[in-house]
Amino acid sequence: MTYNYPDSSGHFGPYGGIYVAETLMGALEELRAAYEHYRNDPEFVAEFAYELKHFVGRPSPVYHAKRWSEHLGGAQIFLKREDLNHTGAHKVNNTVGQALLAKRMGKPRVIAETGAGQHGVATATVAARYGMECVVYMGAEDVQRQSPNVFRMKLLGATVVPVESGSKTLKDALNEAMRDWVTNIENTFYIIGTVAGPHPYPVMVRDFNSIVSREAVAQMPEIAGRQPDAIIACVGGGSNAMGVFYHYLDMPGVRLIGVEAGGHGIGSGSHAAPLTANAKVGVLHGNKTYLMQDENGQIIETHSISAGLDYPGVGPEHAWLKDSGRAEYVAINDDEALAAFHNLCRFEGIIPALESSHALAHAAKIAPRMGKDKVLLVNLSGRGDKDINTVARLKGITL
Amino acid sequence: MSRIQTTFEKLKLHHRKALIPFITAGDPAPAITVPLLHALVEAGADVIELGVPFSDPMADGPTIQRASERALKHGVSLHDVLGMVAQFRKTDSATPLVLMGYGNPIEAMGWERFARHCAEAGVDGVLTVDFPPEESHEAFGHLQRHGIDPIFLLAPTTRDERIASIAKQARGYVYYVSLKGVTGAGNLDLSEIERKMPQLRKHISLPIGVGFGIRDAATAQAVAKLCDGVVVGSRIVQEIENATGQNVIANAGKLVGELRLAVDQA
Repeated sequence: MTYNYPDSSGHFGPYGGIYVAETLMGALEELRAAYEHYRNDPEFVAEFAYELKHFVGRPSPVYHAKRWSEHLGGAQIFLKREDLNHTGAHKVNNTVGQALLAKRMGKPRVIAETGAGQHGVATATVAARYGMECVVYMGAEDVQRQSPNVFRMKLLGATVVPVESGSKTLKDALNEAMRDWVTNIENTFYIIGTVAGPHPYPVMVRDFNSIVSREAVAQMPEIAGRQPDAIIACVGGGSNAMGVFYHYLDMPGVRLIGVEAGGHGIGSGSHAAPLTANAKVGVLHGNKTYLMQDENGQIIETHSISAGLDYPGVGPEHAWLKDSGRAEYVAINDDEALAAFHNLCRFEGIIPALESSHALAHAAKIAPRMGKDKVLLVNLSGRGDKDINTVARLKGITL
Repeated sequence: MSRIQTTFEKLKLHHRKALIPFITAGDPAPAITVPLLHALVEAGADVIELGVPFSDPMADGPTIQRASERALKHGVSLHDVLGMVAQFRKTDSATPLVLMGYGNPIEAMGWERFARHCAEAGVDGVLTVDFPPEESHEAFGHLQRHGIDPIFLLAPTTRDERIASIAKQARGYVYYVSLKGVTGAGNLDLSEIERKMPQLRKHISLPIGVGFGIRDAATAQAVAKLCDGVVVGSRIVQEIENATGQNVIANAGKLVGELRLAVDQA
């Protein structure tokens, strides 16, 4: 590959870096050294591959959504079925990788932040699998929105801590996990769930998720006869998008489209789409990136129907891909995502996560304007079982 | 000579240790901050760290988080904090003031503009918790051009070569974080501070202040014996939180007076 970001200090152009208190620098140096060592260690690489195959169930298939494509009347839509992974989302690719690293670093305790609960479940799962203590921080509002996932984490032996500070969502869970980490730095490994945070997290989480595009590059010619014209993925922090983009970065003929959460609409201000809205660049959670903030640099509350996208920042590599023009970013509103959610259920027999429904909605938007010989690949990053309460509530149904 | 340097040299001459209280600007209300600053000086503060409220204070425990939230409820901005400093300077030209907070409000204002406003208002030092030296060359260049000291944190986990490199960039004093954790935590380890101090002194000629987790006069006294200055934050903020209306200034002043006595007996 000719694409070689980030640099050695974790910068993607002006973005990324290591913006943390001195109290965390030692732990990050230790993590960086361990990751640099093990990413090329044949025994580590082999164990990671083995776990992905036998525990996660990889490779995930690419599926041709024929009926839905026909209904839309344009481009053929293919789905990368990350929803079929063990635990039901792409998140487990990364948690397996980080847990194997934690094991080698001799850390018996793992912590995580979670929004929708998918990363929390994926962390609780690997903690159980490898015999580690697990604490998951989750915004109190998300604990409400995603109660099935809270129960899943508890079944897996994790302690779930509702975070009552700030806006009680993903960003506050991240703050609290950072506070835990700095307090318990000797025995604890912080498993960050997205391509954000201080270096080396953005690159490490991307690498562990890049299995998605490595498989897709091999699968697409087989099922579609060629590589896609465009790849579409939802972006909160942006880990599933980086995973499905990565091995396509060097293929300029493939458009890369990140779909942010437009909430009630970009114009309403009530959304979680810092890239699309051209938010001001700032520093939060250890990295420099586009950030939803007021004129005084205070982080503002975001809104999305999907807890997993409800985050004011975005991974620094996406910020860089936007500026460099290699990827494009758009927003899909709550109602559009919800419509796509229902359509995939009815046309394809697949209940998608509300996060992934944003990517689906954008595919549905552009497919009709494209020829039938065109090919779109959507990363179906997770399944929607966790969202049935949210969708039912919107329809006024009590389950 | 800068106000910070003058202050520490005077203390050294009298074999005294610095008492450095921290309060959050605008907590519990914007109008209280300037009179509170004066009261802290009167009660014996040598240097004051003035917290700039931020929506996501990752390195702070619940006490200072709540102080930030109270200040932000009043809409206190970095611009307002600089106004408070200017107001304070009208009647106190001697006591050093250090702004302490997170980088994003400064990023939003722009470092050059911020540094200029600091100099105009009478700020002496700036401690940006989440800007380690690696990311700070340009930002701190602006500060130094305007004569503002960049204050750096050092931690129990900071290794030798890093201490040396931070020592080269630090001005004013350095702030040693006395525990592994967030502000206001309760697991301060005196023997750890004692063990670390010679390693720090080997590289650092500036005064060394110690803080995080100093919750009473006895601890302040014990810590003062080991370093050049004692930083007390959460304990004072807690006093402010627990006071009602008129008592805020009196209670915080009383606590700082007690800490002063303890530190002077070190």
